[in-house]
Amino acid sequence: MIVTRSLTKQYGAVLAVDSVDLDVRPGDRYGLLGPNGSGKTTLVRMLLGLVFATRGEIEVLGKPVPRRVSEILPEVGALVEEPAAYPHLSGRANLRLFDAAGPGGRRRDRRNRIDDALEQVGLGGIDRRPVKAYSLGMRQRLGLAAALVRRPRLLILDEPGNGLDPRGIRDFRQLLIDLNAAGTTIFLSSHLLGEVELLCTRVGVLDRGKLVLQQDLAELQAPTGRIIVESPDVSRAVALLDGRVEARTEATLVVRHDDPAALNARLVGEGIRVTAMTAQHRSLEEVVLGLTSAGSDQVSNRRPKAGPVGSEPDR
Amino acid sequence: MIAVELFKLVRRPRTWISIVLLCALPVAVAIFIAVTHLAPPPGQGAAFLSAVVQDGSLFPAAALALVLPVFLPVAVALVAGDSIAGEATSGTLRYLLVRPVGRTRLLAAKLVTVIVYVLLAVVSVTLTSYITGVALFGSAPPEAVGRPGNLQAGIPTGGVQAGGSATSLSGARLTVMQLIERIAGAVALITVSMLGVAAIALFLSTVTDSVLGAAFGALAALVGSEVLVTLNAAAVIQPYLPTRYWLAWIDFFRQPIFWRDIQRGFGIQAVYVAVFLAAAWANFSTKDVTA
Repeated sequence: MIVTRSLTKQYGAVLAVDSVDLDVRPGDRYGLLGPNGSGKTTLVRMLLGLVFATRGEIEVLGKPVPRRVSEILPEVGALVEEPAAYPHLSGRANLRLFDAAGPGGRRRDRRNRIDDALEQVGLGGIDRRPVKAYSLGMRQRLGLAAALVRRPRLLILDEPGNGLDPRGIRDFRQLLIDLNAAGTTIFLSSHLLGEVELLCTRVGVLDRGKLVLQQDLAELQAPTGRIIVESPDVSRAVALLDGRVEARTEATLVVRHDDPAALNARLVGEGIRVTAMTAQHRSLEEVVLGLTSAGSDQVSNRRPKAGPVGSEPDR
Repeated sequence: MIAVELFKLVRRPRTWISIVLLCALPVAVAIFIAVTHLAPPPGQGAAFLSAVVQDGSLFPAAALALVLPVFLPVAVALVAGDSIAGEATSGTLRYLLVRPVGRTRLLAAKLVTVIVYVLLAVVSVTLTSYITGVALFGSAPPEAVGRPGNLQAGIPTGGVQAGGSATSLSGARLTVMQLIERIAGAVALITVSMLGVAAIALFLSTVTDSVLGAAFGALAALVGSEVLVTLNAAAVIQPYLPTRYWLAWIDFFRQPIFWRDIQRGFGIQAVYVAVFLAAAWANFSTKDVTA
């Protein structure tokens, strides 16, 4: 769906994007993560033919960008940074304008798909108010509707959750999952790790222009081989599991063990009460923060602490 | 795409406000003259104003002479300077381009919109001032305006001092048809002159993301040109300055029409339009859109 080879963008002396080999497969829900200023937006703009690469190749939907971008873009829906609209026109008039600016479609089809898109993002009952009277969340929804109007095969969304309230974020996540199930590939950039963790099946991490990780989320979150046990009888459990306990507090233990069920049976067999038991997974946050430096918006003399990273990135 | 751009033009309050203001200035001038009967004497003040008192149907020419030096170029520079830079500032440029709208197509649509705006502005000023002129001063039969012996032997070549000689046209009869033809010719030359301004502003609009930067840049070029036009030392380059033949449309109101400056006016504006449109296209089609 999206393949880049050694994609590089240089602004003067600054390497905004540095030899990125992106690989987004059909059906993916791909999350591009990275601190502010890591090159996410420049990368997204290059994929859409807005910014021209200094070096490297881009293929979207199997065709080269920017050479055949006019054939590609009708099948792509995009949200690039904040949404934008003509403020003195209504939301519907804006969608009509944007849709009419692009190629194709009979008048009735166009009207129907605009209604559908507004319905999808929860703006179905929108009135004739001009966009300048919209709240931030409504503008964001309108921007998403504009991306969805053409029922694209590929959605490229830059920070799509901005300005949405928690319910809006949840609705939007569900919408993307539904669209994905219906065959739309989704590529989104975000710095909201939690959101990406909930939504995406595959992640890439950009740090200072370089792609430092690209992997399926399920692999990244593989169990760490540790089990967290909560129990009122911590001391007896420690005595029983001596040598396997890595850390303990008043009511929890971290135990080196692969099989929660077996561990549970053993503890309960010895009469040790267990309140809760979970296999420990690496969180996306740990992985990403371990791989990336502080964002460009943070100006500090101290180097960021190198976090514990269990495994090397796959490239 | 052109339809979309035209829709945006007509739905934008700015378009109509600027045109109303452009039309309002000549109307205000006409009312003052009608009330006080204090027209500037021939040779002073704006072109044609002295003749208007005798023949209201000449007022469109006077009105165009009033708005041409400042107001019309300001309005045109703003609209043309806004065309790409305005979309960049509001963030809509990137959404148009990914729709997708080809960059060349977008530029062409913007150009057509600017042409429509210029025509709209010039024609509105012409029509409202004709109505105002005839209503306030009446339409005298052309021969009645005549002041025998006023037809000057040596026609002044420069447009700037033509104000005084404007009455010279009345030395000969002008039928209504002739008057309409000549006003149409003047409108055409003014429109083309404004397109020269528009092309410069459109080019600057692709260079900067600031609407004011593009508009003021184009106006600065015009002011610079005006300064050089009046500077004898710069005589070598004067024939190539964009504002050199701006007032040549006045020659349409001479009898016979004095074609030399009119043709040069059309020629030089055509060159400016072509050069700056080519530059705008070259710049815009290779530019990183980061706004």
